[in-house]
Amino acid sequence: MSKTTQHVDEVVIRFAGDSGDGMQLTGTRFTEATAIVGNDLSTLPDFPAEIRAPAGSVAGVSAFQIKFSSKDIHTPGDEPDILVAMNPAALKVHQKELPPGGTIICNANAFTSKNLKLAGYESNPLEDGSLEDYYTVYSVEMGKMVSLACEDMGLPPKTVDRSKNFFALGLLFWIYDRPIEPTKDWLGVKFAKRPELVEANIRALDAGYNYGETTEIFMTRYTIDKASLPPGTYRNIVGNYALSLGLAAAAEKSGLNLFYGGYPITPASDILHALSAWKHLGIKTFQAEDEIAGIGSVIGAAFAGNLGITATSGPGIALKSEALGLAVIAELPMVIVNVQRGGPSTGLPTKTEQSDLFQALYGRNGEAPMPIISSATPGDCFFVAYEACRIAVKYMTPVILLTDGYLANGSEPWQVPQLDDLTPFDVKFADKSDLKDGQFMAYLRNKKTLARPWAIPGTEALEHRIGGLEKEDVSGNVSYDPGNHHHMVETRAKKVASIANEFGPTEIFGDNSGDLLILSWGGTMGSCRAAAESLQEKGEKVSHVSLRWINPLPMDLGEILIKFKHVLIPEINYGQLIQIIRAEYLIDAQGLNQVRGKPISSSDIETAVKELIG
Amino acid sequence: MTDSAVKTYSRADFSSDQSVRWCPGCGDYAILAQTQKVFPDLGVRKEDFVFISGIGCSSRFPYYMNTYGFHTIHGRAPAIASGVKLSNPDLSVWVVTGDGDALSIGGNHTIHLLRRNLDINVMLFNNRIYGLTKGQYSPTSERGKVTKSSPMGSLDRPFNPLTLALGAGATFVARSIDRETKHMQGMITRSYGHKGTSFLEIYQNCNIFNDGAYAPLTNKESKADSVLWLENGQPMVFGAEKNKGIRLDGNTPIIVEIGDKWGMDDVLVHDESDYVIASLLSNLTYQSNFPDPIGVLYAIESTTYEDSMMAQINNAVKKSDKKSVQDILNSGDTWNVK
Repeated sequence: MSKTTQHVDEVVIRFAGDSGDGMQLTGTRFTEATAIVGNDLSTLPDFPAEIRAPAGSVAGVSAFQIKFSSKDIHTPGDEPDILVAMNPAALKVHQKELPPGGTIICNANAFTSKNLKLAGYESNPLEDGSLEDYYTVYSVEMGKMVSLACEDMGLPPKTVDRSKNFFALGLLFWIYDRPIEPTKDWLGVKFAKRPELVEANIRALDAGYNYGETTEIFMTRYTIDKASLPPGTYRNIVGNYALSLGLAAAAEKSGLNLFYGGYPITPASDILHALSAWKHLGIKTFQAEDEIAGIGSVIGAAFAGNLGITATSGPGIALKSEALGLAVIAELPMVIVNVQRGGPSTGLPTKTEQSDLFQALYGRNGEAPMPIISSATPGDCFFVAYEACRIAVKYMTPVILLTDGYLANGSEPWQVPQLDDLTPFDVKFADKSDLKDGQFMAYLRNKKTLARPWAIPGTEALEHRIGGLEKEDVSGNVSYDPGNHHHMVETRAKKVASIANEFGPTEIFGDNSGDLLILSWGGTMGSCRAAAESLQEKGEKVSHVSLRWINPLPMDLGEILIKFKHVLIPEINYGQLIQIIRAEYLIDAQGLNQVRGKPISSSDIETAVKELIG
Repeated sequence: MTDSAVKTYSRADFSSDQSVRWCPGCGDYAILAQTQKVFPDLGVRKEDFVFISGIGCSSRFPYYMNTYGFHTIHGRAPAIASGVKLSNPDLSVWVVTGDGDALSIGGNHTIHLLRRNLDINVMLFNNRIYGLTKGQYSPTSERGKVTKSSPMGSLDRPFNPLTLALGAGATFVARSIDRETKHMQGMITRSYGHKGTSFLEIYQNCNIFNDGAYAPLTNKESKADSVLWLENGQPMVFGAEKNKGIRLDGNTPIIVEIGDKWGMDDVLVHDESDYVIASLLSNLTYQSNFPDPIGVLYAIESTTYEDSMMAQINNAVKKSDKKSVQDILNSGDTWNVK
């Protein structure tokens, strides 16, 4: 019987296994190979907060989902078509999301009585017939085959067993016709100092690939055409990495030195890691003693004339809040990144959520307005980071940048941007020419942007003092004058509001009037866009707007909203943007709120839309 | 920062146009005056000085210095100063703080600044009371202190700032007194000269809420017996007749009378580079039967954080052929769509 090749448009694969099984790595390698093939793709890593939960337990299951397609896609997919389950716990956790008709590929060797018991199975689902009625099940002795492949290497069995994820990867490479060489090259670099591990993993990878090719278990290979993307050079990009690149690009284009001060926190730490590795670009990173010192050092850096950046997650923002008020009143430029995660308190550290919008808007004492920008996709993190830096410096204000766990760790193919194409970013520090009658006025503002001068220590004749006490307008001296305080509160608010002058017309996906507008912000963009696309194909008058700036809101938003009969706002929170929209525009917007630690599915959005438009 | 182009400054050049608003009689005035006296002679361009403070009476200090200054938030001055120094290591960065600011709300930042050893000068005005909030006990108030928030006496054991600094890995630890203007000038100059974090505690009298806290050290009649003036390489003697000395009995310091039984050779000699001596001296504070050591307790040379940071960066710049973010963007697995 010869093997056949079948052509499909898109596939969703979920790799699931124990935290120690290397599922994130397996998923990442499959993603890189898929990117090279030229499919569009979107990924969703999903891992537990525990670094090593007890092996084989349900709590320790780690998963990585990838959707890849010949079409333009916006989400990592709602449900998987294929579930790769490396142990019983992984099957237990993820089987319920696999729709009937789906495929399960299991590592049969991990279905021991001990592991079955840990996962809560009373009998082995691979043997008791409970799966066959619904799914196509491939029970593969991955562990055994890897140990055979590495038999003559003399490595400890535990070491060999750790390569079994590469067997699964090799098998999937064969089924979906992905190139195997880049992963071999990658292994060579990754384990350069442990050649025996390179060898063991390559053997496992080849064994998996050959298993697909030679056995008669898998009779069909699948091909997915290249996605038709605009011409250019592409790479796969992960959100946190894109964001770090955007910050570095802002430093390079502006000529400012980048100073990053922060404290490690999930899921933001990868930004610190990325920037720390770029010392050759002159980037300074400072791992502070706590979150407060992180923002403190950034405020100091901004005062001294550097491009100050910090990144954290919700609990870290809570700790930084007092300092953010200082940044607001001192009117110093800096960017504060919040990679949002599940809350409140420690909440769900490794899961995604959009519940820190109110915190960003209101989480400070006094009237302390801060511009808030959000990223829509992993690749968009680059552009948003650049824009946040540019606005911070131009308007002399701290800017909050909101991403989330899904964007931070998710990935997509990305057209490599050219620095030359980015909006120019010029900086002018104050100098002697800013003196008025020999005096330096620290709060004498630019009439258009209301920005105050950036006068940095080391500049002759501009010695001045700033601080957290209210400033006298123009001079910047301490002032307790009631009228002055009101004026300064108003001025700080106006300055932030005036940033809206920077925005072009809001982009509407679909007609600019109709039955329903889906309004989103941040990482729900993909699900909302996919739902709008699908509904439009069905002839529904549904459009979609994704907000990049939430403070200030675009000036044309009110005009857009009133042209739709309904407005639906899907958010991964209990209803935050919706309150702002209702308050700001007095419209009866409806919410779709799911706070489950994962993206809202596009099918749930479609359902909600249909309920509203009937 | 020290170069031949430095102008000649006078004390007036360092006085800002803001009227000083500490309570009349406050020890802070003397500290401000000594700072303004010393600064013209440090050989630093005026625009290269930066004063960072937190919250408290002492933290108003930057407003009165005609240099760059930043009056920040409670306890965070060391963190903000670290950002300033790391962004521009050429600046001469000074932190002005108090016992509450540095040791209570900002204790964490203080110890971490000291262990990192950035070249920042810390002046801690220790009045052993909360002045700005009108008279609660502070982390350096003696146990049992009766204040508005401790009507039956405070229960807290006090921090000993110099012991804490030594424990945190400080490379320069010194103490002065607000009334001892000449000595203070010397200590400020030494602080500036030390490459690394200098930690200078200044005993400062709050004449409103804790008047006389250091009276034994400043009153004419008791001063000689209450102060142990430290000088490097000199025996530790005190008293009006200079006839009392500190001697080690095993590991325990004792006071001996120099005369028949003990000679000068029996008295401990101060060595600023000796951690054990510094530690022993710092622990004399709060011991009512011992004089309080004043002067430089400890001074050693050690690499500064910013020098190490710049060395790493310069090394990385030299080694890498990637000079632009574009090089990073273009690297890795890329593919072309035509």
